[in-house]
Amino acid sequence: MTSERVAGKADKNVEVLIKGFWRDNPVFVMLLGMCPVLAVTNSVINALAMGMATTFVLFMSSTIVSLIRRLIPKQVRIASFILIIATFVTVVEYLIQAISLEIHKSLGAFISLIVVNCVILGRAEAFASKNPVGKSMLDALGVGVGFTFACLCLGFVRELLGAGTIAGVSVFGSSFEGWSIMILPGGAFFVLGAWLLLFNWLRERKGVPQT
Amino acid sequence: MNTGTPWQIFIDACLINNFVLSLFLGICPFLGVSGKTDTAVRMGAAVMFVMLVSSTCAYGIHHVLVLINAPYLHLISYIVVIASAVQLVEMFIKKFSPALFQALGIFLPLITTNCAILGLALFQTNRQYDFVQSLSFALGAGVGFTLALLIMSGIRERLELSDVSSIVRGAAVTLMVAGVLSMAFMGFAGMGR
Repeated sequence: MTSERVAGKADKNVEVLIKGFWRDNPVFVMLLGMCPVLAVTNSVINALAMGMATTFVLFMSSTIVSLIRRLIPKQVRIASFILIIATFVTVVEYLIQAISLEIHKSLGAFISLIVVNCVILGRAEAFASKNPVGKSMLDALGVGVGFTFACLCLGFVRELLGAGTIAGVSVFGSSFEGWSIMILPGGAFFVLGAWLLLFNWLRERKGVPQT
Repeated sequence: MNTGTPWQIFIDACLINNFVLSLFLGICPFLGVSGKTDTAVRMGAAVMFVMLVSSTCAYGIHHVLVLINAPYLHLISYIVVIASAVQLVEMFIKKFSPALFQALGIFLPLITTNCAILGLALFQTNRQYDFVQSLSFALGAGVGFTLALLIMSGIRERLELSDVSSIVRGAAVTLMVAGVLSMAFMGFAGMGR
């Protein structure tokens, strides 16, 4: 933790950014925020929209939390964080509705449910409430991009195998019969399980001790 | 207005559209506290209680917000109600069963960020359930959550004793099992009609 307090060094900042994206990837390593990752990743477009919305909320709320971190009394900090997050989620919900009604319909209640995404509250509590604004913004960006990456990983596999398309563009030609299980709930669990398997395998090969 | 008998709604929320296994709500506690059957049942009971309280409150709040014409406040007021309900349950459990309080640990305050509960409040508003329908929806969702947690913990207790390869151990195998469970629950589709 002490090394993170050294501000103003470019390489440290890059490290903060990279850490959230890869080494502490919220989904694959920390197993946080699984609900939206599993629920809305049946296509690449949905996964991307979800990732971007979450990144926006994460970025904005981390910034605000970090700005007012000295003003919030310790006892009511969680409630204050949630209120800040809920405000930005409301903003995002109306924003998506304005940009694309179609995406808003396919994501449904899961846009509102960004409020209860543990990743966002987790970053607010563990990082933004203890670090200066610049660092918190970088951290939020790193984690947000990491989350989007995880959503895309799932969305890519599920859409490719489930419908034979990537972002609506046909890959295998019209003769391909989609595996409907990939679009159904069960497929989401299998694909995420398989990705975790892959990451565990990679980590084991590198010799990093299991968490 | 939604026309479904309370029984239909109960079966729908509990089995057909199980909150955990087919709507993916409340995955975090599902993966986190499903290690032991004992803890799983109590966690389920706590969640069910919070669901009933917040469903009742959400019903009232929805009508007030419609009255003052402020739909954008839905999300914020729901989350505040849920946070208070969780606080209530936390104090209750701490007083009456310190052992359970220890066992649930961090997952107790995290009920606040359990998507199942906020999801419940949002769904009942979207589907325009009346008061009785809301209650049976909350009860069904709670029972469904407990059921999923219970089945999962039973399987995981067996899994502990079996020989699993080290790269699969932990979250990966849990997710695979959840996938199989989810497929099993698809068999309930079409019930209660």
